Amino acid sequence: MREKIIYGMAVLAAVLLARNLHSTFLVLPDEANQGMIYRIMFFHIPAAWTALLACAVALIASVMFLVTKDFKYDALAVAVTEVGLAFLAVNLVTGSIWARIIWGIWWTWDARLTSAFACWLLYFGYLMLRGAIDEPTRRATLGAVFSIFAFADVPIVIFSIKWWRTQHPQPVFWGGGSMDSAMWLTTMLNWVALMLVGAVLLLIRLRQEEAQREIDSMRRMVHAI
Amino acid sequence: MNFLRQALTIAAKDLRAELRTKEAIQASLSFALVILLLFSFSFDPSEDEIRVLSGGLLWIVFAFAGALILNRTFAREIPNDCLDALVAAPLSGAALFLGKALASFILLFAMELMCFPVFGIFYNVRWTGQFWPLMLVLALATWGFTVIGTTFSALTVNMRLREIMLPLLVYPLMIPCLLAAIRLTSHLVAGQPLDPEVMVWMRLLVGFNIIFTSLALVLVESVLLG
Repeated sequence: MREKIIYGMAVLAAVLLARNLHSTFLVLPDEANQGMIYRIMFFHIPAAWTALLACAVALIASVMFLVTKDFKYDALAVAVTEVGLAFLAVNLVTGSIWARIIWGIWWTWDARLTSAFACWLLYFGYLMLRGAIDEPTRRATLGAVFSIFAFADVPIVIFSIKWWRTQHPQPVFWGGGSMDSAMWLTTMLNWVALMLVGAVLLLIRLRQEEAQREIDSMRRMVHAI
Repeated sequence: MNFLRQALTIAAKDLRAELRTKEAIQASLSFALVILLLFSFSFDPSEDEIRVLSGGLLWIVFAFAGALILNRTFAREIPNDCLDALVAAPLSGAALFLGKALASFILLFAMELMCFPVFGIFYNVRWTGQFWPLMLVLALATWGFTVIGTTFSALTVNMRLREIMLPLLVYPLMIPCLLAAIRLTSHLVAGQPLDPEVMVWMRLLVGFNIIFTSLALVLVESVLLG
């Protein structure tokens, strides 16, 4: 059953991605000011949203683990953090390519760039921390505590770096900008597509975690015998 | 009341142990001096430049040298299984944490205070123009650093690569606190008063301290027992 869900979602994601790529490259016109490079935003923005959502899920899973001590939440937390980190990397790399064309530089110490990078570093630290602890209960507990700290830090990082200096274009949504409805539709549909990709990765990763735990418990049983 | 007395007992114990061996403070202070010296000849800044750079320079020194003190906070309890005894002792994890944090705060603050005159001499800066506001900023930012550092000292205490893991986890978390401290320190060392323009950073420091002190006090029990 689970297998079928994974395949079903993967197929759906592929169809949606094909539709979006077609619309991005063959249907939608160049943007008035930026020309052709603006198309990267169809991946840049949804990747950021997906990553943020992943961070939020990681927070919830971490709190749930500390409350219930149920390892399925720990598996969820680590899986969703890894997937979120991948999407944040997509966001950072696409943003950097866009900046090279529009600003002429790969990187600048701007608020959003720096805070996204700081966020990436924090969650990478989470994975490093887990890698350094062998004992499963301890790994899960300390990982959950760190994840909560990291999530609390992200908004403060964003605000503080915003006051420091900023160069990133104002957000198109919420920020008073406007977008053609066809472009808006493609952005949203691509968000759905990326979320589906993320969900597929998450489910596969969760299955690995479960298998890992089963192997661990068998190994302990063998040692006990 | 009982809670405070427990915390103070732990702090006094840590400070006494530290004053007898002086291992953390000596390591940290000499490391700080070495970095200050390295900076002074690798950049050789002019008088105007140093006013702009001072906050960043000092806080990088404090963050690097401070990690040595914070690393020792819980690592000190590993020999003779003292940590197990402390966790088993009839006091709450929060009291233990607060005591340890207080002791680390005093050590960090002492190290930072000793760095200021050296900084003034090496770089020819009159840094005492806004002495008391500067001390206030120093205390607030050091408390933020201490809270995060002590929590992660407890978290990494039983780990391989402890000395590397601590800074790796602490520095990214510290970014808001460091930014505020750097801005305010540069501002005050240049002799400008705490005007409304920089008050936003002051508020950030206070907010950071409140959020992470409460988070640490709530979560430290799971860290110690986890």
